[in-house]
Amino acid sequence: MDLLTPSIGLLFWQIVAFGTLFFLLRAFAWKPILASLKEREDNIQSALDMAQKTRAEMASLKSENEKLLAQARSERETILRGAKEVADKLVADAQKKAQAEGDRILEQARESMANERTAMVAAMKKEVVTLSIEVAEKVLRRELVDKAAQEKLVQDLVSTSRLN
Amino acid sequence: MAQNDEHHEGHSATTKDGHAGEKFNMGEMIMHHIKDEHGWEFAHGLKLHLPIILYTADRGLEVFSSRHVEDGKTYNGYHLDHKTGHVHRVDAAGNADESVKVLDFSITKNVASLLLSVVLLLVIMNAVKNAYQKNKSGRPTGIQRFIEPLILFIRDEVAKPNLGHGYARFMPYLLTVFFFILVNNLLGLLPGAANVTGNIAVTLVLAVIAFFVVNLNGNKHYWMHLVLPSGVPAWLLPLIIPIEIIGLFVKPVSLMIRLFANITAGHVIILSLLGLIFVANQLAGPATAWGLSPVVMGFTLFLNLIELLVAFLQAYIFTLLTAMYIGSAIEDNHEMDHGIGYDENKVIEPVA
Repeated sequence: MDLLTPSIGLLFWQIVAFGTLFFLLRAFAWKPILASLKEREDNIQSALDMAQKTRAEMASLKSENEKLLAQARSERETILRGAKEVADKLVADAQKKAQAEGDRILEQARESMANERTAMVAAMKKEVVTLSIEVAEKVLRRELVDKAAQEKLVQDLVSTSRLN
Repeated sequence: MAQNDEHHEGHSATTKDGHAGEKFNMGEMIMHHIKDEHGWEFAHGLKLHLPIILYTADRGLEVFSSRHVEDGKTYNGYHLDHKTGHVHRVDAAGNADESVKVLDFSITKNVASLLLSVVLLLVIMNAVKNAYQKNKSGRPTGIQRFIEPLILFIRDEVAKPNLGHGYARFMPYLLTVFFFILVNNLLGLLPGAANVTGNIAVTLVLAVIAFFVVNLNGNKHYWMHLVLPSGVPAWLLPLIIPIEIIGLFVKPVSLMIRLFANITAGHVIILSLLGLIFVANQLAGPATAWGLSPVVMGFTLFLNLIELLVAFLQAYIFTLLTAMYIGSAIEDNHEMDHGIGYDENKVIEPVA
């Protein structure tokens, strides 16, 4: 058994051992192991793909949500603005109306007051005239008891009133 | 191991009582350790007698224990020459009978170690397979965690880059070669173990199998390149073609010698270092030998670690080169596939 000359026994056993090992391992170990490895890698790959897809979906969902939110916000703004406008308008209208009503009432009051004053003045005038006439009548009655006085009066009246 | 070494020298020494009388022969000790033998001596006095299986034209198959021919005894007309390790026929007077050709199929130390490695691999890979089948897509557990990176390494770094899309067909072969060499390299590092991958017969068989795997899978382009290399002037062809054909055989031969030489050299270096202790003992006495021991042990430990690296490295290199050779043999030539013709400018040179 020299170092560089292969011995027939070992050659034989090596062929047998390696051949047996190869065929046994190929059938019972390498095929299932390699298949399992591939399956696991496929699983991991598909899980990764799924995660990526889910992430993309989440992102799109989020952006959609944001869009919806923004839309809702702008809508709320519009509605609020509209409501404010309406409210302002209502208030303004009410103010205007109240103002007009007030004015109208004031006007009416002023008018009726004026009417009343006119009527009062007229009534007072009438009263004064009546009183004056009564006074004048009484005075006259007293003054014109005698004839002379009557004449004098007439004379006075005639002289004072310029007949032209 | 030290005890072991001394004992072996005892065989050739005339006096067996007392170490002082023995003559230490370093070369003989080293050769004894890296070569094959008919028994497996784990340590001094603990020897496993392995069966001797012989085939002779006149007597047919014979099986008996190597215990019967130990220490120069003759059994059934057979004698074991301790110097060469060969079993040969002797006549009644005890003279060697060279006329009978003895084919020795014995379960030697190397064969036993070889069979042990096969059993070990089958057990390990069966466990790994069961682990895969038990949890289909879970993370690896137990020994699977050690084996899986190696399998993935062979697949992703050796098979895929060199073999391309058809890599899956060669995976069982490449994995078997890798793990066979690795396990035997590692077993060979154990004290008292056999030197299986450092034996030329073992590497020869591996190389011949690699040769067949490469050339039986060679496609048209591979053979065309061999007999009609492209881009070579016609006057160079008589030179190139023989070189190419020699190259065909040089590749497996280089595989055979590389593995054998690397593993054997590692064993020789470690044994030489250990042998220094005994040389020192002989030249300068036990005190010097004891003093030298720690230094030698440090170096030996360091070299053992290197050998551990070499065990992986050589298994990887053998597998890688085999994959490259197969890759060059199965490489597609797309122009030829489409029937356009042999395009001299588009030929991809096969690797190595």
